[in-house]
Amino acid sequence: MLTCRQVSHLVSEAEDRRLGLLERWRLRVHLKVCEGCRNFQDHIRFMRRVTHRHPILRDEDKE
Amino acid sequence: MSSPASPTQPDVAQHRDYLYRYALLHLRDASRADDVVQETLLAAVESPDRFSGRSSLRTWLTGILKHKIIDVFRKQARETPVDAPAAIESDEDFADLHFNKQDTDHWHSFPTTWGDPERSLEQKRFWEVFDQCSQQMPGQVARVFHMREFMGLETDQICQELSITPTNCWVMLYRARMNLRQCLEARWFAGAR
Repeated sequence: MLTCRQVSHLVSEAEDRRLGLLERWRLRVHLKVCEGCRNFQDHIRFMRRVTHRHPILRDEDKE
Repeated sequence: MSSPASPTQPDVAQHRDYLYRYALLHLRDASRADDVVQETLLAAVESPDRFSGRSSLRTWLTGILKHKIIDVFRKQARETPVDAPAAIESDEDFADLHFNKQDTDHWHSFPTTWGDPERSLEQKRFWEVFDQCSQQMPGQVARVFHMREFMGLETDQICQELSITPTNCWVMLYRARMNLRQCLEARWFAGAR
């Protein structure tokens, strides 16, 4: 079983590269039983979704 | 041939304040930000014909500015090839900040739910906290994070621009996200619940 530390790396890297089959499987197994890491994944995905919606960047559309 | 849409000096100067705020967000240094904005406005006035009118003038200027900022990032990365050892922890030291080694690498403090975090986005104060948190990142971590998350570059483009390996790039992004996440949790979401 992966440790939370290993999982945190994979969750982040999943945003930047395609994980291998084994990595994805081991990640899924860990996330199923670990609420903290599930929350962590939600947070990482949230930050990734919203960073480019920073108010200064949104001003690009204002003229 | 000059198209009717060719922007003039006063046209581009209208966007100076916005361009400055954009540059400052990335460079965190007022005089550097001033320099790249100046260069951008100059480049735009010198070749107004390059503006096709397909995008807005502001978007076109932002595109020029983005390249200038990446130039600065590249220079900075070259000047400090690996961040000075004092400025960035080893992998083990970094892990110790977040995980408990005695307990099979469990979280020091378990990430808790952020509820409906999207609701924070319209709050001005959220972005102030976000800025404070993201400004704590050390140089190279911040550069990679900005190129990836704000500018939307792919990791292989970032590797190429900064002459780093993909693995190094992933580690920088990992650290950026770990720190930003922890800071947002402590300074925003813990209080917002």
